[in-house]
Amino acid sequence: MTAEKLARTATLGAALPALLLALWWVATADSTDPYVPPLSLIFSTFPETWTAERLQHDVIPSLARLLSGFVLAVVIGVAAGVAVGSFHGLRHTLEPVLEFLRAIPSPVLIPVVILFAGIDDTMKILVIVYGCVWPVLLNTVEGVRAIDSVLTDTSRCYGINRSARLRHLILPGASPHIFAGMRQALSLSIILMVIGEMFAASNGLGFSIVQFQRSFAIPEMWTGIIVLGLVGIALSLLLGLIERRALAWYFGLRRSQRRE
Amino acid sequence: MRNTFVLRWGQGLIGLAALIAVLELLPRTSLVSARYLPPFSTMMTALRRQLGEASFWSALLNTAQAWAIGLTIAMILGIVLGLVIGSFPLLRELTFSTIEFLRPIPSVALIPLVVLMFGTRMQGTLVLVVYASLWQVLIQVLYGVQDVDPVVRETARSYRFGRMAQVRHVVWPTALPFVMTGFRLAATVALVLTITAELVIGSPGIGKQIAVAQSSGAVATMYSLVIVTGALGVLVNLLARALERRVLAWHPSHRSEVIA
Repeated sequence: MTAEKLARTATLGAALPALLLALWWVATADSTDPYVPPLSLIFSTFPETWTAERLQHDVIPSLARLLSGFVLAVVIGVAAGVAVGSFHGLRHTLEPVLEFLRAIPSPVLIPVVILFAGIDDTMKILVIVYGCVWPVLLNTVEGVRAIDSVLTDTSRCYGINRSARLRHLILPGASPHIFAGMRQALSLSIILMVIGEMFAASNGLGFSIVQFQRSFAIPEMWTGIIVLGLVGIALSLLLGLIERRALAWYFGLRRSQRRE
Repeated sequence: MRNTFVLRWGQGLIGLAALIAVLELLPRTSLVSARYLPPFSTMMTALRRQLGEASFWSALLNTAQAWAIGLTIAMILGIVLGLVIGSFPLLRELTFSTIEFLRPIPSVALIPLVVLMFGTRMQGTLVLVVYASLWQVLIQVLYGVQDVDPVVRETARSYRFGRMAQVRHVVWPTALPFVMTGFRLAATVALVLTITAELVIGSPGIGKQIAVAQSSGAVATMYSLVIVTGALGVLVNLLARALERRVLAWHPSHRSEVIA
C-alpha cells in the first residue's frame, strides 16, 4: 500500500520535469538561434566542459568560499543574535541600526569590500559573511525572544547558570528560528559567491560562466548555468537533511501537537 | 505605555548616533585610512552633491521602475499560479518536484544569459527580479490555499458556492495573510535583485552609479550611494509592512494590535 503510494508520488513528481525537458529538447532541436542551442548540444558539451580538472580548479574553490563564508556568518549571527535577543536594552538600541544595515542590498557591498580587502578570497568570503549574517542574526533574535517565559523562569528558579541555560534552553529553543535564518542565508550565500566571482576573480563558478559568456561559448555557458542550479539544489537538500536531524525533536513535537 | 514608546525610540536614536559617530571617528583618528572609509560628514557632502544632480534622480527613477514592474509581474504570476496549482491536489503533486527543483537555482545564474539576450536593457533586470521574487510569492500562496479550514470549505460547498465564489469568499481571505507575507519577502528580494542586476550587468540605475563611482575612485560618492540603497531598503520594508497592516486590518492577528 505504502509502496504503491510512494510509486505514485514518484511518478507524479517525475512527470512534469520529464515533460518540460522533453519540451525543451523538441523546441530547441533544430534551433539556429545561437543563444538558445539545442538541448542535445548542451548535454553533449557537458562532460567535456566539466572535467575533473575544472571541478578541482573552479567548483572546489567556489564551494570552499561559500561554505567558509556561510559557516562564519552562522557563528557570528547566532552569537550576536543571542546577545541582542537576551538583553532588552541592547535590542532597543541596536534595532534601527540593524534594520538599516540589513536593508543595504549585500551585493552593493562588493565594491566597498574590494577597497578594504582587495579582490582575493578574503573579499568574497567577507561579502558572503556580511550578506548572510542578517537573516541568521534577526531570526536568532526572534527565536530567543519566542522562548516560553515559563521555561526561562523555571530554569532560573532552579539556579541553572548562564552557560547551562544557553546550552540547554536558549540555543535549542531558538534553533527552529535559527534554521529558518540559515535557509535564507544559504540561498543568499550562493548568490553572493557567484556575484563576487563575476565581479573580480581568476577562478570559480561565477568567473567561468562569465568567461564562457564573454567568449560566446554559449553551450558551455548553459552547462555552467545548469551546474550552478545543481549546486543550489544540492546545498539546499543538504541543509534540509541537517535540519531534519537537528530538529527531529521539534518536528515530532509539532506533529503530536497537531494531532491533538 | 507612551513613556516606554518614547524610551525605545530614544534608545534607537542613541544607537544610530553611535553608528554615525563611529563612522566619523574611525577615519578621523586614522584607525582606518580615509581613502577607504571617508568620514561620515564627507559622505553626506557627497550625498548632497548627488541630490543636486539630474543623473542621480534618473537613476533612482530607473531603479524604482524596474523594482515596481518586476514586483508586480511576480505578484500577479505568483498569485494566479498559486491559486490554480493550490486548488487542485493533482496539480500540486505534479508541480511539487519542479518547484522544489527550480526554487533553489540562484537567479544570478541567469545573468550571463540575460546579458546576451537583452544587453543592458531593463528587460534583463526584470527577468532576474521576476525569477527571484516569484518563488517567495508562489510558495506562500500555496501554503495559504492549503490552510483553508475544511469545515468552511464544505459549508461553502453545501451552500452551492460556485468555484469562483469559493475562491473569492473562502480561499482568498484565508490565503491573504500568506500573500502579504509573500509580498513583504518579494519586495525586499526584488529590490536586492534590481540593484544587483544594475551593478553587475550595468543597466541604468543606482547599482550602475555605484559601479561607476567605484571604478572612477569616487569613494565618498560610492558610500553615499550605498547609504541611499540602505534607505531604499528600509523604505520598502516600511511600505510593505504598512500595506500589510492596512490590507489585513480585519484579520484577527492584526486586530488585537489595534485594540491594545
